[in-house]
Amino acid sequence: MASSLQQAPQTSTPHEGGRRPRSRGSTTVVGQVVKTTLLAVVGAIAVAAALPLVAAGEWLLLAVLVLVTALLFWVYLSPRHVPLKYLVPGTLFLLAFQLFPVVYTVSIAFTNYGDAHRGSKEDAVRAIEGASVQQLPDSPTYELSIATEGDPATGDVVFLLTDTAQDEYFLGTAEGLEELDPDDVEVGSTGRITALDGYTVLDLGQATARDAEISTFSVPTDGGAIRNQGLSSAYEGAARQQYDAGCDCITDAQSGQVWTADEEVGYFVDENGDNLAQGWRVGVGLENFAAVVTNPTISQYFFQILVWNLAFAALSVLLTFAAGLFMAVVLNHPRLRGQRLYRSLLILPYAMPAFAMLLVWRDMFNTDFGLVNRLLGLDVNWLGEPWTARVAVLLVQLWMGYPYMFLVATGALQAIPADLTEAAGVDGARPGYAFRTITFPLLLVALSPLLITSFAFNFNNFNAVYLITEGGPFPADNPQAGATDLLITYTYRLAFGVGGAQYGFAAAISVLIFLIVAVMSILMFRRTRALEEVNR
Amino acid sequence: MRGRSWKALVGSVAVTMAVSACGGGSETDGEAAGGGGGTGGGGGGEADLTIMVDAERTPIMETLGQQFGEENGVTVEVQSIAENVQSQFVTAAQAGEGPDIVMGAHDWIGNFVQNGAIDPIQLSPEQTAEFNPLAIEGVTFNGQVYGVPFAVENVVLFRNTDLAPEAPSTIEDLVATGQAVVAEGRASEVLALPVGEVGDPYHIYPLFTSGGGYLFGENPDGSYDPADFGLGSPGSVEAFQKIGALGETGAGVLKRSITGENIVNLFGGGDAVYMLSGPWNLAPLAETDVPFEISPVPGFADGGPARPFVGVQAMYVASGSDNKTLAQEFATNYFTNPEIAQQLFEADPRPPALTAVLEAVQADNPLVAQVLAAGEGGDILPAIPEMQAVFDPMGKAEAAVIGGADVPSTITSAAQTISDAIN
Repeated sequence: MASSLQQAPQTSTPHEGGRRPRSRGSTTVVGQVVKTTLLAVVGAIAVAAALPLVAAGEWLLLAVLVLVTALLFWVYLSPRHVPLKYLVPGTLFLLAFQLFPVVYTVSIAFTNYGDAHRGSKEDAVRAIEGASVQQLPDSPTYELSIATEGDPATGDVVFLLTDTAQDEYFLGTAEGLEELDPDDVEVGSTGRITALDGYTVLDLGQATARDAEISTFSVPTDGGAIRNQGLSSAYEGAARQQYDAGCDCITDAQSGQVWTADEEVGYFVDENGDNLAQGWRVGVGLENFAAVVTNPTISQYFFQILVWNLAFAALSVLLTFAAGLFMAVVLNHPRLRGQRLYRSLLILPYAMPAFAMLLVWRDMFNTDFGLVNRLLGLDVNWLGEPWTARVAVLLVQLWMGYPYMFLVATGALQAIPADLTEAAGVDGARPGYAFRTITFPLLLVALSPLLITSFAFNFNNFNAVYLITEGGPFPADNPQAGATDLLITYTYRLAFGVGGAQYGFAAAISVLIFLIVAVMSILMFRRTRALEEVNR
Repeated sequence: MRGRSWKALVGSVAVTMAVSACGGGSETDGEAAGGGGGTGGGGGGEADLTIMVDAERTPIMETLGQQFGEENGVTVEVQSIAENVQSQFVTAAQAGEGPDIVMGAHDWIGNFVQNGAIDPIQLSPEQTAEFNPLAIEGVTFNGQVYGVPFAVENVVLFRNTDLAPEAPSTIEDLVATGQAVVAEGRASEVLALPVGEVGDPYHIYPLFTSGGGYLFGENPDGSYDPADFGLGSPGSVEAFQKIGALGETGAGVLKRSITGENIVNLFGGGDAVYMLSGPWNLAPLAETDVPFEISPVPGFADGGPARPFVGVQAMYVASGSDNKTLAQEFATNYFTNPEIAQQLFEADPRPPALTAVLEAVQADNPLVAQVLAAGEGGDILPAIPEMQAVFDPMGKAEAAVIGGADVPSTITSAAQTISDAIN
């Protein structure tokens, strides 16, 4: 980087470290070109992202986009703000990928967001009215031609309608229906009007271009309105259910039934407490969190599942670490031949797609047709009994996880200076003793952060359980809490298994799980620091 | 310098992505999207008509879509979804990014409607008359027709004609014949009926109904009544007693080790005498050389008829579509054209919902008519949203009973769990 060594011509205060003079940005041609290109790309992406935001009228998000883009240009076009040049990308990443999802999840946790409560109240009203549109009894189904007054691209949309049963022809406009003289119209074989003076019958391509208008167009009639169904038929229909802002309720015109908006639950509810299917999203305060604590099926099994979850995560880490470390130590022996071959073979499970391997393992544990029972000549219902299912899940974890531990342990072993153990040997320590007192503690210092993250990962290792056992086996009298259920698979079933997707509830449980994992990680990192201090 | 600018680029890409994702997520105003789309004939390089389908049907829908596009001068795009078409569609529709049309099973309708994701379809009486009445019943929800059906399917009994030449008239008959064959060592399993560790209510349902069980009572108009949930009823318990007697601690015909993944291998490999499955396994079985025939699922000797679930595959028009007229035209007129429906049948041989197409293809495909005949008198798979709460607990109870658990307590507690979830 020759450019950064060039002296800035201005007088500059020395850096805190005083090691490097301040550079004045890239002065090499290549550097300038690259920087300009990348900034141009940033600008182009910003413009591309801005267009849909403008179209959707999302002014707040547009403002955020403009600010972020301006910030990037300000930081990188100026020769100053050197610390910012390093900090901005990371900060933006942190905001976009860490902080935003966390804030979003927490905000959802206080709502009833989920199936039937996804959109706004206006969406629900629109959906209810739209879903209640029915063809009027005894009204004809018309053969339809969609036409415009004059020019197909700009003229007003009209419907040219044929009642084939009565042999009558109509012109439908936004004002109403007007009967046409059969002598004025040209008619095709199915009875559809193909031409009328002053109007242009649209073909499918032309109609597609005007689709937004056609979809909302209707010809008002006494009983309701004539709407199109596709391009070639129309019917006279009316919405049975209408929203009335005065009473904040929905009324059914035929039966007279009334559903009143209930903002607590986000539904329209009738006097019997029955609700219409379509609801909207409302805030529910702490209800989702309260449900976790007070729901008997949750609180009853929460502790049992938490214990297994802790055991699963801890044993996964311990078993894989023990196996990986053992392999690493064995293969680290300087006089072993074919080290590379063995090492490559050992990390094979790590290289296979976990998703597919988990399903393969599930089939291998099949009682009657699985490889495990056939090879061992056993008749064990591995995934059907609580303890064998737990063992099976842990075995798969071991197989999938030890290559990672083997890799990191090998790396850490090679970083420990050989003279330490040699010195111990000179002092008369046996290899086992030297390993236990010197190598292993040093390894732990290097690897314990990895073990803690591995624990946190396995604590929420959804795939490892769900793809093999789906949390089962389940006690005969309880389909909710299985023997291998982790908190995450258990809550997945509660939030998505019955009654559709309940994102609000799922978010609340995620927040609780996050708190559990965070507390345990903090405690473990504290312990690690103590370990490091002992070694100093 | 390069490093820094590179990071800046990545950072800003991330931000723009995050920002535009928020834009999609919080955009609830369908009018705004509609206004944007209406300015040009499908402006911005997007297709005029977007169809969301599962991976299996993608090739044939691409062909059909292209034909439609060329005939009419519009562009058609097929979105292939690997998994969970139902929830992917609802999520996309909610974000205002949904397709114009989605294809799938009729029991998704309840969820689509409660999320305001699809529009009713007004079929004229003449059009309605062209369909198998069961198909129309399937796509009718709250008195409205929501989809254009194209296939009707139900489970049937496949039998290996080398091992069992005659179709069994009762379950007892099936078990006796099958066990004799197994005892002779000519096969290892009597019946390949998918159960698995978590059960499979869809496939056990014919035995459940024959034994006297029911899930939802019916309203006077024939629709399902969510208030009358019958899994805990004495008839249902009795049905599971009979199912349990066929299980691992009884006759050993139903096993948790038999799953949806291995039935075709078992039956296609000649290891199972019978298989209970649907027309979707006709194509895989045709690739094996096992000789087979199909017949209706038999009931218990002292029970009622075995009524399978009847499922309907249909096409739905999205509420949020920018090109609703075009989508309706494609679904109701183009797609119901017998030639088009026949092309679809040839790619995916499930019994067609259009009577004319069924008649056209059944001469060359006798199995298809047999599948349909086996579904006569079957129960339409409930499309009410309450059904979502049923399958998981009921399946686990089924698996437990087949594993030998006490029937009354198992079934009552599953029924309790479901009732709690429904209310």
